[in-house]
Amino acid sequence: MQYLWLNEALKLRMKKTKVTELDKVVVKFVGDSGDGMQLTGTQFAGTSAFLGNDIATFPDYPAEIRAPQGTVAGVSGFQVHIGKSQIHTPGDASDVLVAMNAAALKAHIYSVSKGNTIIVDTDSFKRKDWEKAGYTEDPLESQDLKNYNMVKAPITTMTKKALEGIGLDNKSITRSKNMFALGIVYWLFNRPMDYTQRFLKGKFGKKEMVLEGNLKALKAGYHFAETIEALPSSFTVLPSDMAKGTYKSIMGNEATAWGFLAASEKSGIQLFLGSYPITPATDILQEVAKHRHFGAKSFQAEDEIAGVSAAIGASFAGNLGVTTTSGPGLALKAEALGLAIMTELPLVVVNVQRGGPSTGLPTKTEQSDLLQALYGRNGESPLVVMATRSPGDCFDMAYMASKIAMEHVTPVILLSDGYVANGSQPWRIKKMADLEDINPYMVKKGEDSEAYQVYQRDEKSLARKWAIPGIPGFEHRIGGLEKDALSGNVSYDPENHEIMVKTREEKVARVADFIPELELEGAQKGDLLIVGWGGTYGTLLTAGEEVKAGNRVGLAHFNYIKPLPKNTVDVFSRFKKIVVCELNNGQFIKYLQGELPQFDYVGYNKIQGLPFSTTELTLKFNEILNDLK
Amino acid sequence: MSENPVIEYKAKDFASDQEVRWCPGCGDYAILKAVQKTMPAIGVAKEDIVFVSGIGCSSRFPYYMDTYGFHSIHGRAPAIATGVKLANPKLSVWQITGDGDALAIGGNHFIHVLRRNVDINILLFNNRIYGLTKGQFSPTTSLGHKTKTSPQGSIDNPFNPGELALGARAQFFARIEDINPRGMTEIFIEAAKHKGTSLVEILQNCVIFNDKVFAEWTAKDVKAENFLRVEHGKPMIFGKENNKGLVQKGFKLEVVVIGENGVSEDDIVVHDAHEEDITLHLMLVNLQMPMVTGIIRSVEHESFNDRMEEQIEQVRATTKFKTMDDLLSSGETWEIK
Repeated sequence: MQYLWLNEALKLRMKKTKVTELDKVVVKFVGDSGDGMQLTGTQFAGTSAFLGNDIATFPDYPAEIRAPQGTVAGVSGFQVHIGKSQIHTPGDASDVLVAMNAAALKAHIYSVSKGNTIIVDTDSFKRKDWEKAGYTEDPLESQDLKNYNMVKAPITTMTKKALEGIGLDNKSITRSKNMFALGIVYWLFNRPMDYTQRFLKGKFGKKEMVLEGNLKALKAGYHFAETIEALPSSFTVLPSDMAKGTYKSIMGNEATAWGFLAASEKSGIQLFLGSYPITPATDILQEVAKHRHFGAKSFQAEDEIAGVSAAIGASFAGNLGVTTTSGPGLALKAEALGLAIMTELPLVVVNVQRGGPSTGLPTKTEQSDLLQALYGRNGESPLVVMATRSPGDCFDMAYMASKIAMEHVTPVILLSDGYVANGSQPWRIKKMADLEDINPYMVKKGEDSEAYQVYQRDEKSLARKWAIPGIPGFEHRIGGLEKDALSGNVSYDPENHEIMVKTREEKVARVADFIPELELEGAQKGDLLIVGWGGTYGTLLTAGEEVKAGNRVGLAHFNYIKPLPKNTVDVFSRFKKIVVCELNNGQFIKYLQGELPQFDYVGYNKIQGLPFSTTELTLKFNEILNDLK
Repeated sequence: MSENPVIEYKAKDFASDQEVRWCPGCGDYAILKAVQKTMPAIGVAKEDIVFVSGIGCSSRFPYYMDTYGFHSIHGRAPAIATGVKLANPKLSVWQITGDGDALAIGGNHFIHVLRRNVDINILLFNNRIYGLTKGQFSPTTSLGHKTKTSPQGSIDNPFNPGELALGARAQFFARIEDINPRGMTEIFIEAAKHKGTSLVEILQNCVIFNDKVFAEWTAKDVKAENFLRVEHGKPMIFGKENNKGLVQKGFKLEVVVIGENGVSEDDIVVHDAHEEDITLHLMLVNLQMPMVTGIIRSVEHESFNDRMEEQIEQVRATTKFKTMDDLLSSGETWEIK
């Protein structure tokens, strides 16, 4: 109801004022990491989603919490892509850049095409500011900016004036300038302010003065934009044609946490999350910590190893053990993963990938932990490897990873990445009743223990039955030493070891009998098959759509990596050329070459800590397609 | 405590069908016996007992107990045991570890489980040597001691496990020698009763790689003179003639003889295991001659797992999210028609 009302109001205003309608638009907010750019961007995205636009967002922030003020290293950004039609990526180039200081302009001007709008806070463009940013002359006076629609606004000064006399200290007044900037953008894009006003009331409800300051700054910015002539007209993006339903905006990490909580409720097995804080995975731990009321036990461990070990202990005792981490943390957990493989216990490990090796690029995205996930352990140590493709998909994949872990009694690694984890999108709210059932393969109380063998297996899945403490008659010992194939007792028997190694491999392979087939989007056969996995989905889909005219192009994007979906060979054999696109130096392509050597693959790789841009992909695909002709 | 009905057990009900494979004469046999004797006395159904271990000679222990058991990886048993206890707080969880497992590779988990006060019982088999890898010095090996990796004598300062534990805020610390089966059972029962992490250091003889390492105290003729078994509320008296005791001089405990130099029994320090302040307990764990055994510290503090359960109950009472559907549809939502 509310949505419809807003929409009517919007149309009414469009008639009255000069408003240009756009299909989609990319807005980027950049400033010092203390300027509140993440919040400003989130608010713009939230308001737009609330109006019925499809959105995709991408935060880009430095690893240092507060890098030196005014320097390029300390610039934090938040990109929002809103559209009338479906949006799959946070966008390449910005239509509007809001730069709160000289360093932010320097760091992000590359992303604005000539002729587009740049809004700057002129108060942060004094000589000392642009020198600190590394400019040798005043950028606002330089020839380079003549080709842009520059909106030069003394944002800091005007915020100070607007907030004069309300009794707020200087520091808090300066802090409100992000709301002034947001006000300008709200006017520019015809967005109502009430979504943010409600948000501010919730956030600062108890700090009346701060609340008043923020609300005033927001309004002042809006009115300033309305008044000045620098903005000839405003724009709007009408609601998108998304599927019917109730939506909310969801972030990747939040969706991952909710997927686990949902799997816990559905299966009736309590969730135990043992984790150690690490960027960019920490939000999952924080989100689960909010929900103790579901019986979910979040445990902030003393280190990565304790996190996974506690999760394994909890699984042994009958909980759904989960641990969350990023690349370096997965390396630390490797030995414990071997234990989970040997003891055949349910466990889900989420690796929110970031740039590596070592500490690498903690806040930048990359897909370079695939081989670590597949092979990074001692011995023959297979486990299920999955990947999530978008913020909303994190919910489904966390849910499926839990289902597989409990039904097949095996560890599962779920690969996410910084791009997906911190991005957000409108998410059609799911009903618990609509989710697939989860039936953990476990011993129930009262079951006959007479014939129980610890490593006896289900015929189809080869899973061993999960028997948890508290059930009489099933007392047994497991551990990291090789197990007898039936009794589970320690065994050094040579043949038994070979049988067990092969059985563990086969058990993971058989998961393929239970997972969905690979979906082939676009052309069902033809010239070029685009292959990707994980967080690159949106960009690959968009680029694929852009090159499809006159060409037969398909997209096969993988959620399930080990085992591969059963129809993979069929899909691959329908195309002349297969291009494997990844944000690493060629890891999935190596895996595919090993698993399915009958096909020729070309790789397209980017290793800059950044997502693919649609433009670069389109160029590459056209190049391949031209060669085919 | 137990969620299942408890039947009357005998010690042999806790022996598994696995052949015990420690070296003949190893101190671990006596400890295993003492633990099997302890189990019928703690009032917990067999299926509600879990033994968790790391890696090392001592860590083979769970295989020999007919309970639920988890032989895990080197040093990580405290974390695994924490997960077991948090997942099901009704279980009686026992961690078996050694000086290398607990104090070297697992040092971090060891101090943190104590700090959190998770309600588990830790039996630390201290033989001051790496046994399973055949004789390298450990974090409790004495300075100057010759081992395979310290052929000229160890230059590593050793830990005193009790001192480390008290510094990590252990609320229950006891010490006992492996040649004292009755003493072990008594202390294990008390450890089981204590709410919170109970740590028992067992002076254990490695007959192959560090034989007689505790002989200075455990040899028959000196035992009574060189061990002081403390008991809460009782004066710290020891010796063959029961005529020696401890008095406090400045910041130290000193050995005196009752009846000599005007010392009477009233001058002897009375043990207070329940004292919040750790000063006395630290002096006791650090004393070398006599070596103090018995329950040195036992102070009741709320356990981590109890706090976790309480918090769950508290937020359950006040939350607006009764089911996942409530959460999924929470916050700002909009309709597309």
